[in-house]
Parts: sequence; structure tokens; C-alpha cells
Amino acid sequence: MTTSNDEKWIDKKISRRDMLKLTGVGVAGVAVGASGFGGVMKAMGYNIFEPVADSTTAKHKVDFYGKHQTGIITPVQTNIYFASLDVLVTSQKELQQLFQQWTPLMVRLMNGEQMVEMTTNTRVPPGDTGEAKGLDAAHLSLTIGAGPSLFDKLGMQHVKPAELKDLPHFPKDQLQQEWTGGDLCIQACADDPQVAFHAVRNLVRAASGKVAIKWSQAGFNAFPAEGGTPRNLFAFKDGTVNPAITDEQDLHKTVWVDKGWLKNGSYLIARKIQMHLETWDRTSLKDQEATFGRYRDSGAPLGKENEFDDFDIEAKDDKGDYIIPDTSHVHLARKSDARMLRRSYSYASGVLSNTGAHDAGLLFISFQKDPAQFIAVQNSLGRMDKMNEYITHRGSAVFACFPGVQKGSYVGEALFNAL
Amino acid sequence: MEYKALLSVVVAGGLLMAGCGNTEEVKKEDKPATEQAEQATQEVDLSTELSAYQQFALEQMDQFLLDTEKFVNLFKAGDIEGAKAAYAPARMYFERSEPIAESFGDLDPRIDGRLADIQEEGKGEEEWSGYHKLEYALWEENTTKGYEAVADQLLADAKELHALVQTVEVTPDLMITGAVDLLNEVSTSKITGEEEIYSHTDLYDFKANIEGAEKIFEILRSKLEAKDSTLVATLDEKFKAVDDLLAQHTTADGGYVSYEALTEENTKALAAAVNQLGEPLSQMGIILE
Repeated sequence: MTTSNDEKWIDKKISRRDMLKLTGVGVAGVAVGASGFGGVMKAMGYNIFEPVADSTTAKHKVDFYGKHQTGIITPVQTNIYFASLDVLVTSQKELQQLFQQWTPLMVRLMNGEQMVEMTTNTRVPPGDTGEAKGLDAAHLSLTIGAGPSLFDKLGMQHVKPAELKDLPHFPKDQLQQEWTGGDLCIQACADDPQVAFHAVRNLVRAASGKVAIKWSQAGFNAFPAEGGTPRNLFAFKDGTVNPAITDEQDLHKTVWVDKGWLKNGSYLIARKIQMHLETWDRTSLKDQEATFGRYRDSGAPLGKENEFDDFDIEAKDDKGDYIIPDTSHVHLARKSDARMLRRSYSYASGVLSNTGAHDAGLLFISFQKDPAQFIAVQNSLGRMDKMNEYITHRGSAVFACFPGVQKGSYVGEALFNAL
Repeated sequence: MEYKALLSVVVAGGLLMAGCGNTEEVKKEDKPATEQAEQATQEVDLSTELSAYQQFALEQMDQFLLDTEKFVNLFKAGDIEGAKAAYAPARMYFERSEPIAESFGDLDPRIDGRLADIQEEGKGEEEWSGYHKLEYALWEENTTKGYEAVADQLLADAKELHALVQTVEVTPDLMITGAVDLLNEVSTSKITGEEEIYSHTDLYDFKANIEGAEKIFEILRSKLEAKDSTLVATLDEKFKAVDDLLAQHTTADGGYVSYEALTEENTKALAAAVNQLGEPLSQMGIILE
């Protein structure tokens, strides 16, 4: 953040009314002191000169501040509301101000607090839309990322990482514009669908006129009581080969970017994958398992006993056939020798008007050090993947998710420092 | 077809109580702060602004009556093309002053009811009257025959509305809620083409609703300026954005293109501009604090 902006902002005479407005939009993280001004804000229970702290008493809370943004190696929650946004701002400075405005609001949301304190003026709409009142933080995590188009729109091409570009066309892709791309993303995950939606709704509302939702998708995951890998809507376990979120070495190799302003950030890839449930449901169990290369119930690789058993895709049976068929998802994915951290959610969004089929599938989300990892896997799946019979990729987006935020800083500061 | 504005209108003689709803009571139970805020309202002197808005609304209603009479005369003379041309411009006076015009429970549906609204209330088509029924006759049936009585009734209703409006007392809530309601009207029915399903003259209503909201903003401008000049600048910018977008859809004669000529991209852009205007517009209530 540039100092000259701060000074100008502070030099401006600010009336009490302006201050009330500022609390409404929550301009915090502005690290300066001006006597008198701060006092009024404090009296109102909200000090814009001090960053909002992570609550130490909130229930079911994920801490906002840290080396990495939340929602990447945070234990997977049951619900997601994912929003891809177009920016309406036209300057880098306005974008920076938006991130500065968002940062304290994100902390408050993750504390399970209201966006602003209630005002006594009932003649204006409430500052918080209110549907999360009485709910706790529900392990809300918020992840903000920047898409390739953002850098082109705001004249920031010189700091756009070479890795950040639209994904290439993959075989069998049927991408629709209304589910593709975006300048920014907000990934809100929580153990309550209303908490996740509330977060996106309020961040977008606070940014009225600065961003517009391009597309969004709600999703869910369910975890067996005894723990374990969640199942997708094809009933197979999804995410078995993920790196352990505690294995720092593996995460550094697989997930975290280690250079430039994006250091400690990660690339998010989102794919909206329609699953043709009706055709899947009339497929024999044997064929279903041959499609994945795993047993449905245990999740074990074909020919093995347990979900996490290691497997050799080259292994063959007596007749000389691959035990894990070479058209199976597991076989092809392993063949690419690339890994990533998957964090996908299922969706069910009603019925397709043209066919009457379930509009359901997977909001595939993965984090990786380099989108090339995803591209390698997807290319390997290619036309061979038996799964293609049952799925269609409808949407696609890639975002560079900023590094974590330290108290006193704001989301994306490293990017603005690099400009 | 909205009844919510009722709350904010006070008419001598207690004419309008039906549909008033319990909003006020609910709020009071909910939150004593409501009462405090109401107390505070009385301290803010808006008498100049209130009478300026009343003046505006009365002028609009005068003009609405004159133009409705003109429309009805053309209609009854069997001049289909003449009546079609007079239809949308006459309605704009009604749409501009909608916070007041729609506040008379029975009259609003009689003048401005759509068939869908009537049916929604469980009423039959025979109870449908007013502008939209004549719109149906002109654009769908391409006739005026058999609709003369409907035209007569419309003029009678317009006269009754005109008479009632003279007694309206404008309140601060009426103005401030009304401005946002005008935008909500645009967002829910005009932008979807559901207001004028036969004539597709939705953009006339759209423009008039926006002008109605802008008038309220203009009247309150100096009070707003004193409280929050940034808000005024934002509103200027957002009104201009909507006006500029609408201006792209004007015709050579100063009217607007058919709703059917708009692409999905057009309506999406218009809807977004209205939403971005609505958010700051909803903050005008700060002058009451």
C-alpha cells in the first residue's frame, strides 16, 4: 500500500457522517493514528485504525491470519459457495482499496461476527444481511484469487505470473461461457451452507459497483461418522491420493508457490463437471469399478484390499490384462505422474430443462504449485478415460490465490507491492 | 401492484387501511430502536422537500389524467394506431409518481393491473380492467371494439385517483422508501419484460421509474450533501450510468425500442446498473438520523 494515498485520505476532513459510512464499508487495516478520529470510532465499537483480530473465543473458528490463505489446507468443510467475479473497477488503486475494505470484513465473517454493529437508524438497510445471526463461525474459510483476465483489464500484465493463463482446450471439453473464467474468485467453505453463502453475499454486497458475480456454484460434501474420504455422486471416494495437509514437505512440492509475489500462495483450478447420473445408474457395478479403477465400497485400487494400498498400474493378471484397466481414471491419472491437492464438492442444482435429467455433478477444485500439474493429468485422461462417457466438463477457471495475510496487512498486498 | 407503500402515506379521513400490514408493529416488538428513530425523524426539518415532492406528484397526476383522457378518446374513436402511440407516454406519468399513485389499494390494480396479477389473486379475467386490458385489445386483438366500457372505466378511475391524490400527505418515509421501491419495480418487472407483455413498451416504464427515483434524489440533494457528499457523488455517477445505458435504446422519435429487441446482454447490463444504483440509493435514509 502506498503511503501517499494514506496521507491524502487522512488529510481529508472527515465528518462524523463520513465515519459512520466508513464503518459501514469497513475500511480497516489503515495503520495510522489521528487523535480524535479514532476515539469516535472506538466509541462506536469499531476502530478502523486497528485491524480486526482473530477471535480467541469464537466457536468452530478457522484463523484468518497466517502464512497461507484459509480454504486450501484447511480441513475440508461440508459446504462451499464458490463465486467467480468480474471486476467493475478500472484502476489498480480501486482494486487495492477493495482488498483493503474486504480484509477486516473477512476476519469478522470468519469470527462468526456481523459485518458491522447494528445501527439505530432503521431508515437504512442493515449493514449485515443477517441470515448468519445466531450461527457460529462454522469453520468458515475464505480464499481470494485473481484470474488471468484481471491482469489484462487493469494493466498489470508485467506482474502476471507466466503460469497464470486460461487452461488449454482438453478433449471432450464442452465449456459454456456462463461457467467459465472470472477476474477474481471468492471460495467460501463452511460446515453450514448458510454461513458460506452469507459470506459471499455480504462481500459482494460490500463491493457493490466494484465487482459483479459472473458465475457461482454451491456444493456439498458428506463425511462418514467414523471419518474418511468423502464420496462423490458416483459413490466413489474422491481425494484418496491427496497430499496430507500436515506434510509440509509434500505441500511445498505440490501446492505452494515458492517465488515472486505469489510465494506461499497457490493456483486454484475450478472445473464444473456435469455427471450424467441416469446413465451411470444403469451401468453394472463391474463397469463402474473398471471406470474408476477402484472398488466402490472400500475405495481400494482393483486387486488390492484397502483404500490407501499402494498400487502398480503396470501390474497384469494371468491373461496379461492390466489389473487396473488402462482406460480407467486411476490408471491414466497415475500415469501422468503429476499430483495436486483436490478439494472438490458435489452439486445438485435442480433439473436440466432440455432433458429433464438431474443437473448434478462435481465442482472440481484443486490447488497446485503450477497449473501444469493439472494440465498433465487432464491431458493424460484425454480421450482414453472411460469416465468421459459419464461426465461433461461445462465450466473452467484458474485463479492465483494470494499468500496469507499478516495482521496489519491486507489480502493481496504482495501483488500491489510488486507493481 | 405493490401495497407496501401504503404504510408511508397518510390520507385525510383514513381512507386507506386495507393491506397496510403489520410492519410497523412487528418492528416495534422486534426492536425498540424503531421508536427512537421515529422520534428523531421529527427533529429533521424536511418540510421544504416534502412539499416539493408533493408538488411534483400532483403535476404528474394532472398530466396523467389529461393524457389518459386523450388516450381513451382515441381508443373510443377506434383509432388503433393513435391509441397505440398515446399508450406508453401516458403511462409514464403514472410510473414516475408510482410511490403515490400505487398507494390507493383498489385503484392501482384497477388502473395498472396485469392479467397475471388478477389471476394470482384468484380473480377471473372478467375482473381485469385498466391500461393493460386495453393494451391487450390494441396489440393482441388489434381492435377497440367491445372494450369501450373498459376505456370509460379507466378514465373514471383516473379521475378518482386524481381526486384522492390531492389529499395525500407526503412523509419522509414515503419519499425515501418510494425511491428504492421505484428501482425495485424496475428490477422485478420492467427488466424482465413482464410489465408490458403485449406492447413490449417496458423501457418507457423503466425510464419513468428511474426518473421518479431521480426526482426524489434531486429534492433531497442538499440535505444529503450536508450529511455525506460522497454518497451524492456516487448517486450522480450511478444515475448517469443507468441513463446512459437506457439512451442506447432510444428511437428516432425520442421513444424506446421494443423490449423484444433487447439481447440478454442488454438486459443484464441494465439490471446490473440498476442494482448498483439501488445499493447507494438505499442509504438516503441517513438524512433522517
